[in-house]
Amino acid sequence: MMDRIAGLGRLGLAIIASFGRSGQFLFGVLAGVPRPATGFPLLVKQLYAVGVLSLAIVVVSGLFIGMVLGLQGYTILSDYGSESAIGQMIALTLVRELGPVVTALLFAGRAGSALTAEIGLMKATEQLSSMEMMGVDPLRRVVAPRLWAGFLAMPVLAMIFSVVGIYGGMLVGVEWLGVFEGSFWGNMQSSVDFVDDVLNGFIKSVVFGFVCAWIAVYQGYDCVPTSAGISSATTKTVVYSSLAVLGLDFVLTAVMFGDF
Amino acid sequence: MESSAYIRLRDVVFSRSGRRIFDGISLDIPKGKVTAIMGPSGTGKTTLLRLIGGQLRPDSGQVSVAGHDVPRLKRKALYQLREKMGMLFQSGALFTDLSVYENVAFPLRAHTSLPEDMIRDIVLMKLEAVGLRGARKLMPSELSGGMTRRVALARSIALDPELIMYDEPFAGQDPIAMGVLVKLIRDLNSSMGLTSVLVSHDVPESLSICHYACIIADGKVIGEGTPEELRAHPSERVQQFLEGKPDGPVPFHYPSGDAAADFGVGGLSS
Ligand SMILES: Nc1ncnc2c1ncn2[C@@H]1O[C@H](COP(=O)(O)OP(=O)(O)O)[C@@H](O)[C@H]1O
Ligand SMILES: [Mg+2]
Repeated sequence: MMDRIAGLGRLGLAIIASFGRSGQFLFGVLAGVPRPATGFPLLVKQLYAVGVLSLAIVVVSGLFIGMVLGLQGYTILSDYGSESAIGQMIALTLVRELGPVVTALLFAGRAGSALTAEIGLMKATEQLSSMEMMGVDPLRRVVAPRLWAGFLAMPVLAMIFSVVGIYGGMLVGVEWLGVFEGSFWGNMQSSVDFVDDVLNGFIKSVVFGFVCAWIAVYQGYDCVPTSAGISSATTKTVVYSSLAVLGLDFVLTAVMFGDF
Repeated sequence: MESSAYIRLRDVVFSRSGRRIFDGISLDIPKGKVTAIMGPSGTGKTTLLRLIGGQLRPDSGQVSVAGHDVPRLKRKALYQLREKMGMLFQSGALFTDLSVYENVAFPLRAHTSLPEDMIRDIVLMKLEAVGLRGARKLMPSELSGGMTRRVALARSIALDPELIMYDEPFAGQDPIAMGVLVKLIRDLNSSMGLTSVLVSHDVPESLSICHYACIIADGKVIGEGTPEELRAHPSERVQQFLEGKPDGPVPFHYPSGDAAADFGVGGLSS
């Protein structure tokens, strides 16, 4: 019994310590202004790796999710004879929820895991140590551009996801199932509010991008530098990011849309 | 010797994951000489280099390099001191996403604002010194183990350091690559006047190039001196290590309890 309580206490302390370490880590990454001449090319390179290379999966997933929404929405709404509201339903679902959340989950799986594995392998092959010994701080040189790239790419990816999703819903609803195009777009325009829906969705994706990128680079930097350590860090990145995104989504939704 | 020590360790105690790796180690490394630090694997040779480079801090004791008290240096001063140190890591640790040329240019770009043609001259000069000027366009994945270490060597001397630390430069090298590295280490030391610290467990190669050697085991220095002094050292442990005898003061068997009980013979086992 005492052992269990002690074990619980140790676990609690370990969790708090790891929060502390990751906070300290974040400070180390963000402290200090990067020199534009060296920092900018590094950022562009990472934006390409993290953002552009995630485009394919985001576009394809967005298209399919939009098409599924179109089908499901049509089936449900046509029972009430209100299938013309389908545009509004698809747009609100995507912009408020599915865009930021699904993009973040895809991002964690596609880009986050790659970031963790890359940084972890650099640690295991002593590249980070050797950089430190050359008097170059790997937190600023290696980690910071990756963190910023994740943070910047995520909102853009989420917006692309929503746009493609709406297009997919339009394909199914209007082109295939024959909803009147004017009411599809018209309903959407009159019901989607810029601040309430688009901006709130954007804020969500900014938060998710930051959290996913932070978890990914921290797990890579903090990993045990062996093959087993890297693989477990990669798994942790995906699991923790997904849980953090879903949990934060609830909190943010409650704050943004919860005042009835 | 005291006056010309470039690196000085005094009563350094260092533990990791609850294990005491150094238990009050003291060591002087003279300026401008090749000093070999030898010892069995896992005694903390790499750890020692990291203490000198300020990547780890001792629990107690002093580490000073060129008169600077390394563990107490502020971040900025530490990074400035490191510009005077080169370190060759065991694996070479080349940046895998950069070419050989860019790897060697990396410290130059990070710490100087030299124009591109000057960087080019320096990089080619350093690569020439290790005999790999022709390999500048290759990527690290295309290099053999010996070439990787030579490129890493070129990179660590790019900023003309005062001190260079080699971590197991000979481990896993074929005889020719080993010979090349031995020659390079000796030549760099004499031509650039570098203080060199060579960490290794390859006894003949290390003793053949060092001016001064020390053997560490169990967190302490068990023997030190010039190669001749070491060869004549009275301690049995030193002799066992130098000659590679399988049994001696360091037993062949890991402490393993009663053999009879483990194998299930003899009276008491059930
Ligand atoms: N990151 C680490 N965390 C905990 N223990 C470590 C770590 N790195 C090395 N050690 C331990 O420190 C001891 C010395 O390691 P090291 O300096 O690499 O030895 P050497 O280079 O002489 O082979 C080893 O027993 C190793 O298990
Ligand atoms: Mg080692």
